[in-house]
Amino acid sequence: MTTQTPQAPLSAAEVRLVANAMRHDIIHMLELAKSGHPGGSLSAADVMATLYFSGAMDYDHANPDDHSRDRFFLSKGHAAPTLYAVFHQLGWLTDADMDTCRQLGSKLQGHPDNHACPGLEICSGSLGQGLSVAAGAALGMRLDAKRSGVDPYRVYVLCGDGEMQEGSNWEALMFAAHMGLDNLTMFLDLNNLQIDGHVTDVCSLGDIYGKLSSFGWDVQAIDGHSVEAIEGAVAKAKAVHGRPQAIVCTTIKGKGVSFMEDKQNWHGVAPKHDEAEAAIAELDQEREQLLKEVRNG
Amino acid sequence: MGKRATREAYGETLIELVNEGVDIMGVDADLAGSTKLAELGKAFPDRMVDVGIAEQDMIGVAAGLSLTGKIVFTGSFAVFGTGRCYDQIRNTVCDSGLNVKVCPTHSGVTVGEDGATHQALEDVGLMRGLPQMRVLVPADYRAAKAAIRIAATTDGPFYVRLGRHKVPEVYDETFKGGLPFAGVVREGTDVTLAACGVEVAMALDAADLLAAKGISAEVVDVFSVAPLDEAVICASAAKTGHVVTCEEHNVMTGMGAAVAELLAEKCPTPMRFVGTRTFGTSANGDVLLEHFGLDGKGIAATVEDFLR
Repeated sequence: MTTQTPQAPLSAAEVRLVANAMRHDIIHMLELAKSGHPGGSLSAADVMATLYFSGAMDYDHANPDDHSRDRFFLSKGHAAPTLYAVFHQLGWLTDADMDTCRQLGSKLQGHPDNHACPGLEICSGSLGQGLSVAAGAALGMRLDAKRSGVDPYRVYVLCGDGEMQEGSNWEALMFAAHMGLDNLTMFLDLNNLQIDGHVTDVCSLGDIYGKLSSFGWDVQAIDGHSVEAIEGAVAKAKAVHGRPQAIVCTTIKGKGVSFMEDKQNWHGVAPKHDEAEAAIAELDQEREQLLKEVRNG
Repeated sequence: MGKRATREAYGETLIELVNEGVDIMGVDADLAGSTKLAELGKAFPDRMVDVGIAEQDMIGVAAGLSLTGKIVFTGSFAVFGTGRCYDQIRNTVCDSGLNVKVCPTHSGVTVGEDGATHQALEDVGLMRGLPQMRVLVPADYRAAKAAIRIAATTDGPFYVRLGRHKVPEVYDETFKGGLPFAGVVREGTDVTLAACGVEVAMALDAADLLAAKGISAEVVDVFSVAPLDEAVICASAAKTGHVVTCEEHNVMTGMGAAVAELLAEKCPTPMRFVGTRTFGTSANGDVLLEHFGLDGKGIAATVEDFLR
């Protein structure tokens, strides 16, 4: 389902409508693909919708490759459908593209592939790598800015909570703080589920807020499904000087489809046709409400 | 000519490239003094970053820097700078096709006294097994300068294998290498010694020893292991009818295996393999070359046994 190609900045109500359209896209792609990761894709939809459509991130809607752009890295690459849904809503992917996810020759590879799909920075999917890449990009942009005398572009990266079990992330956390990369913002999608169960049962992150803070990061804790909270947190993050920022987003895995919410078994299983129909019916219902909200301004 | 370590070419060649206007950056993991990337940082502080003892972060940061247009060279020792961060090199650098040059030092048994944990003997195998990755194994200091220049000026991922040990110089300043490139450094008719890295000098020693016994050995420097210079290698194999590969690396996955794959398909030729089959051990680098049969005497013995 495509809304008219939305031009940021959209109002919070309009962003919620885009997020709803993205959730339609996610269910559609995964039903046709017969495999994929609905849970973690749905949990990240509001953060990514807000980042791309509220005006939080600076980029050119008409040109995904514009050199002068903020960068977004999807470290939890299994949420690729969420990014494809963003690009579909932006018009970078067509309706026809959206029917091809995970098929031979598709732009919509099972995990993100920068050679196949416009707007993607890098291949991702092997967990624990995006944060280091984002830190390197933030450093490069800071060097470029110093040489050209302008403000550096910003780098955003979305990591999963299960992914934080990868030790490489903690190398990157140390490095980014040591370098004072204040043009780097990490979103942590804290949905508390990974393939083998709840993160708190498999291998708890413990006091993740305290850990990030003690590593030298600015830390905010927000509701990762509140567009207003996400917008506010990004605005605050941009005002931080001398430190990278973590926005820890409490989310619900499978958010928006009641029978998928907080269910371990919806990590990596695609909806069958009747399940997809039930999901779409719920999302249609939500869409009616959101349309009213937009109309009422 | 004298002896120099290939790592001595590293920092100074990058400094030359920066002075020529190439947008070089170096990223090391607490071994910048040993790899010589520190020389780049001393000349251009903004162009060198040390991430600490964190090789996975080193590759990730290099990848991110490359996405902002920089040509990024990484450091560490070959065993850590390819093995610890193999997944980052595979999935982030090679699959994405990034302009990252994996260029650690301290490869092979000639690392010496530090012993097995520090002697990379499978790094060429790891790197040549990756699509997109070009693998260069320079024979000496001049070849290392050429390899670093080729990596810097050719888009995409590279692995350049450098060493700590002072090795005999084979080339003068006119050596340019190429991609692909293999060069005949000594002509012969009875057997081809296809060598890379320090083994080019060792193969030349072997050729002298063999000549005294009436065996004419041709020495081919396999400068690029991926891609291979198929024409030069096949021509020499066809000419001599016997090929012995010589490398300071395991024989299961390295240059010898690559040459065997080539010859099996294009020019089937009887072969022998000089290289390692176990982990390394502690001793002086020259002692280890002899211990593992990688010196001129060891190569000559393999050849004599082969031709007997």
